[in-house]
Amino acid sequence: MAKVPVQFRLNGSDRAAFADPADNLLTVLRRGLNDFGPKYGCGQGTCGTCSVLIDGELRLSCLTLAAACEGASIETVSGMADGPNLHPLQNAFMEHFAAQCGFCTPGMLTAAKALLDRNPNPSREEVIDAIAGNICRCTGYEPIIQAILSAARGMPAQRRS
Amino acid sequence: MEFRKDLFQNERDDNLNVVGKGVQRQDMPGHVTGRSPFFDDHAFEGLLHLKVVRSPHHHARIRRIDTSAAERAPGVKRILRGADVPVNKNTLLSLINFGKDDEPTLAVDKVRYKGEPIVAIIAESEAQALAARALVRVEYDPLPTVFDVEEALKPGAPLVNDTYPGNTFEYHEKYDHQKLRFGDVERGFSMAEFIVEDRYQMSPIEHAPTETNGSIAAPEQNDRFVVHSCAQGLFFSLGTAAKIVNLDSNRLHFIGGTVGGGFGGKVDSLTEPLSILGAMMTGRPVRYVLDREEEMLYGSPRGAERIYIKDGIARDGRILARHIRSYFDAGAYTRLSSYAAIKCTAHLPGPYTIPNVASDIYVVYTNRCPSTAMRGFGITAVDFALEVHMDKGAEACGMDPMEFRILNAYRDGDMKAHRRVAKNTALIECVQVAAEKARWPISEEAKRQSSLTGGGGARAEIPATPIDENGRFGRPDTRNGRSTQTLPAGTMRIPMTKQPIMEGSTDNRAKPPAVPQYEPYRPASAPPPPAYQPPPAPAPAPAAAPPPAAPAAPASQHGAHRFSSIFGTRRR
Ligand code: FES
Ligand code: FES
Repeated sequence: MAKVPVQFRLNGSDRAAFADPADNLLTVLRRGLNDFGPKYGCGQGTCGTCSVLIDGELRLSCLTLAAACEGASIETVSGMADGPNLHPLQNAFMEHFAAQCGFCTPGMLTAAKALLDRNPNPSREEVIDAIAGNICRCTGYEPIIQAILSAARGMPAQRRS
Repeated sequence: MEFRKDLFQNERDDNLNVVGKGVQRQDMPGHVTGRSPFFDDHAFEGLLHLKVVRSPHHHARIRRIDTSAAERAPGVKRILRGADVPVNKNTLLSLINFGKDDEPTLAVDKVRYKGEPIVAIIAESEAQALAARALVRVEYDPLPTVFDVEEALKPGAPLVNDTYPGNTFEYHEKYDHQKLRFGDVERGFSMAEFIVEDRYQMSPIEHAPTETNGSIAAPEQNDRFVVHSCAQGLFFSLGTAAKIVNLDSNRLHFIGGTVGGGFGGKVDSLTEPLSILGAMMTGRPVRYVLDREEEMLYGSPRGAERIYIKDGIARDGRILARHIRSYFDAGAYTRLSSYAAIKCTAHLPGPYTIPNVASDIYVVYTNRCPSTAMRGFGITAVDFALEVHMDKGAEACGMDPMEFRILNAYRDGDMKAHRRVAKNTALIECVQVAAEKARWPISEEAKRQSSLTGGGGARAEIPATPIDENGRFGRPDTRNGRSTQTLPAGTMRIPMTKQPIMEGSTDNRAKPPAVPQYEPYRPASAPPPPAYQPPPAPAPAPAAAPPPAAPAAPASQHGAHRFSSIFGTRRR
């Protein structure tokens, strides 16, 4: 099948790749542009590990046609830190032990960032709602919820005893 | 977290640098920045993609495989069949010389479960591999199937796995189950006031890791192959793959350890051998990743177990005898189920001191997806069954379930059914703390009990143990000699020259031992709850000629040594 060029901004840089017209964004990010931040967990829109932000909106890259992203601005977990400085959410995840195997973490962080970008002071219910599309099989939901709430409050984590 | 120093005062040095302290995991920065290198997070120039054709039948003879159309499909680089796999029969634990090779990497003449891989397609893109997969034609003659563990043991049941003609795993090539005998359960039942019997059926459970199983293999310099793997046991997978592709293990360079959720489902090396073989055959990097549907349907689950428990309980609530019969559904191939049954046997009869215990644990082949390791496999299911059964036992004799457990709990110095002395027991304390936290009232008497006292003495004796039916157990002198009727009290182990013999397991289909059926327990007229009786006079071991007074129970060593019930080794 003839490949088609696709160009977009990825974490602030202009990037281009050749893609099959049927390729989803996840495949192009990972195999075309070597951004391995978003993960494949299901390819069916059920797990959330492939979550990215497209023009600020939370999207599942496995269900998004790459060709449809022409000219868009895409953010992945790989661009979340500002140089060596981690995003407050990343720090909060570290302090709250909000990752075990770490496979769901990119999607969780992306969903959390989408939430805080539009609602800097969410309630616990809003946090739960925001990550409802993200599966963590190591069952770390509670630390994840705590991490997101504490990042929102800009509070240092309580030391776990 | 609360650590009960009052119960485990010697358990832990308080001045350790890491244990007991909150420390940051070293892989956390990678996890939160998306830089942790999972197996699929590696870029390769010219990466090829592998997909397998799977059987749509649960059991069938393969009449013909036609890959000609698939070979001509766009992007296809290579097609692999069973004949291309250098060692196309393996069993995982063959690396420790345990069990016979029984599973092909790619099925050749027969498929034994739905989803069994038959042909592998390697193509330039995943889409091309999938398109070519649809062009492979396989003709099957469907065979009769069996999906129930007890049906599989009946005479005339379909033969699932030719390596094991009895449809059971064979331990040491002659025993069709794991057997435990301690005391005389039949006598215990005959002395019991209540008989409580039940059947417990578990379901297979899929691990469903967020990252599906997969691997990437690529030719490296020095004639080696680099393998990025999701394996939970990286060197276990390396050894397995080296055997199957018939390479010296130093030609494989496995990289992994970053596992996107495993829970036991990533020990089977489901993808590594074919990725490596693909890289060997094409000279290019090959990626084989299960999609979510394959992971859920054909990634091996926790095996389902069927467990029968029968308890004989005295009027005062003491359990006098416990018989357990269990069937592990291995699916079509052994994988790790053989080990599960050993763990299960080692765990019986649970944390209780019961003077008469018998168990028979079978690993049975059916036409289901092969099952494998999963978090405490072999233990968790039987524990569930045992604890539900404890509640039923308490109900039968009209006792509070917490007090029923305290009454029957093992204590330091007690002899366990495996003929090892219990140490560092803490069930009584656990129940007391649980009752307190749940505000569950228990009697003062039960609150006063302790694992440190009341054990040992007569409770440390090994009872006389009658041999099993068919002389399967405890034939004394030579294999041809007449079997003894009873192992004398105090018999710790049978010397190697007097190995127990299990008859009939390989001659023809093994028959499950007949367990006498009793009237099922009906809680209609439960007697009034007896007052709690601490066990100062230990439960007499029936039929045991009282041996000379057992040496006093060793001084309690709570915490100083932990005791592994499987290998009997102590570790500090
Ligand atoms: S991979 Fe996109 S939702 Fe699971
Ligand atoms: S940390 Fe493993 S899936 Fe969430």
